[in-house]
Amino acid sequence: MNNSIALKSILTKEIQRFMRIWVQTLVPPAITISLYFVIFGSLIGSRIGEMGGFDYMSFIVPGLIMMSVITNSYSNVASSFFSAKWQRNVEEMLVAPVPNWVIVAGYVGGGMCRGILVGLIVTLVSLLFVDIQLHNIWVIIATVVLTSATFALGGLINAIFAGSFDDISIIPTFILTPLTYLGGVFYSISLLPDFWQGVSQANPIVYMVNAFRYGFLGISDVSLVTAFAVIIFFIVTLFTIAMTLISKGIGLRS
Amino acid sequence: MTYALEISALAKTYKGGFQALKGIDLTVSKGDFFALLGPNGAGKSTTIGVITSLVNKTAGQVKVFGYDIDTDLEKAKSFIGLVPQEFNFSQFEPLMNILVNQAGYYGVPKPLAIERAEKYLKQLELWDKRDDAARTLSGGMKRRLMIARALMHEPKMLILDEPTAGVDIELRRSMWDFLRELNQQGITIILTTHYLEEAEMLCRNIAIIDGGEIVEDTSMKKLLAQLDVETFVFDIKEGTPITELKQFAEQSTDITYRVIDDHTLEIDLNKSQNLNQVFSQLNAANIEVQSMRNKSNRLEALFVSLINKKSDSRKKKQQNADVGAN
Repeated sequence: MNNSIALKSILTKEIQRFMRIWVQTLVPPAITISLYFVIFGSLIGSRIGEMGGFDYMSFIVPGLIMMSVITNSYSNVASSFFSAKWQRNVEEMLVAPVPNWVIVAGYVGGGMCRGILVGLIVTLVSLLFVDIQLHNIWVIIATVVLTSATFALGGLINAIFAGSFDDISIIPTFILTPLTYLGGVFYSISLLPDFWQGVSQANPIVYMVNAFRYGFLGISDVSLVTAFAVIIFFIVTLFTIAMTLISKGIGLRS
Repeated sequence: MTYALEISALAKTYKGGFQALKGIDLTVSKGDFFALLGPNGAGKSTTIGVITSLVNKTAGQVKVFGYDIDTDLEKAKSFIGLVPQEFNFSQFEPLMNILVNQAGYYGVPKPLAIERAEKYLKQLELWDKRDDAARTLSGGMKRRLMIARALMHEPKMLILDEPTAGVDIELRRSMWDFLRELNQQGITIILTTHYLEEAEMLCRNIAIIDGGEIVEDTSMKKLLAQLDVETFVFDIKEGTPITELKQFAEQSTDITYRVIDDHTLEIDLNKSQNLNQVFSQLNAANIEVQSMRNKSNRLEALFVSLINKKSDSRKKKQQNADVGAN
């Protein structure tokens, strides 16, 4: 059994899926990000002044790109895997000799591809509004790859448990969006009172946004080592959970 | 001897306590054309679900070409092609993608997968639709697509769960020819169906399942030999008064005649009787027969009687248990 062919098949199917519906998957993040730039960057941002030693627009760019990566890698896997369950075409993989890790890797890889592609589109749109500077490209690449993997895994777990389309929008609405908005996208957590700084440190998105911002601007509210340790911890934990759920057939086998 | 399929003491209890399989034993030889029959909810789809790993079993053992699904699941899966009862492909993908991806899950390289997809799409008359989204196909085309998909890795055993449900007669017959051809090429075929005629026409061996238990497991020939009464329908030449037919039917003591209308007689014959007797009696009464045919499905009668017997014995057991409990 050639697992690389199976992996490539799932990955190709996933990429074909989001490319086929590009109006729903690739265009909206570009429009949303433009609105953020117009409102928070140009209109309000010009009155805010500097944040962390940079003008507000430059400060929020990394956070906004990361927000798009998080949302898209999560929702790609959540909706694709749930719709495969709903249409029952997930059975195509379950009856075939595809190891569980290949299923997880294929779907997560698909989510990462969409997250990273959307991140790239959003970065290009940002160039229309602001000059982007690069401090450390490797930190940028490592952060975006690891963050998209984390949230693609999260989306997969969400889809495994989901019993209806509502269930794949509840987590993004009630957990993911608040965590992202409170994750230091729009402000430096050093501005918060000590207590809320402590609370923010429990939010994994803070580490992702700050590591990513470090790659662009060279500033971060948290240390890079801690940030990568936290991200890797989440990847390992979520991967283990996803593998266990699929091996047990939760939500997939009766 | 290695069987294509060996099931022993297979049991499945779903969450909520419903016992779908109560420890069934079943073997299917290599190259067989095997029917698994049973009423709705008998356990057919659960059995297929366990074999194909879509349903987790509660107890028992399943071996596919000698490979145990508990220890060699991936190897066992590689021998099986499944055509499920419900449509289970992505409605939005083109046919070609569905087939090539499915082959990919079995490790078939893309160039070979494209070659096979072309072969099966042409054989199943879907080639013109290869770039269309699956949702645009008719019901019969969707069934054929699932057959093509199940063959993409060239399995040694094909399992079809109600493959001709909702398919018109002409298409059903062409699908039968296709399946016969596959079986002649050496592919073991296991079929569940509601059309008992289908099982009778295609299958060499048969198991009947009811209430999660196997109530019969034998060859089609032996099963049909159990049938002791056959019904024939006689078309009588027009102009014979119905009163005359009724009088004839009433007077007959050894053979049972039923008058359906003024030109149709139905006759039940058991093994000790023969058609010569019938024709002699009809000749003597000056009743002219224009044509004759065998009524409906012989297997259907047998199936119903087996299921009824089982259900009676279950009721008796339950009554005895109730009495014991009192």
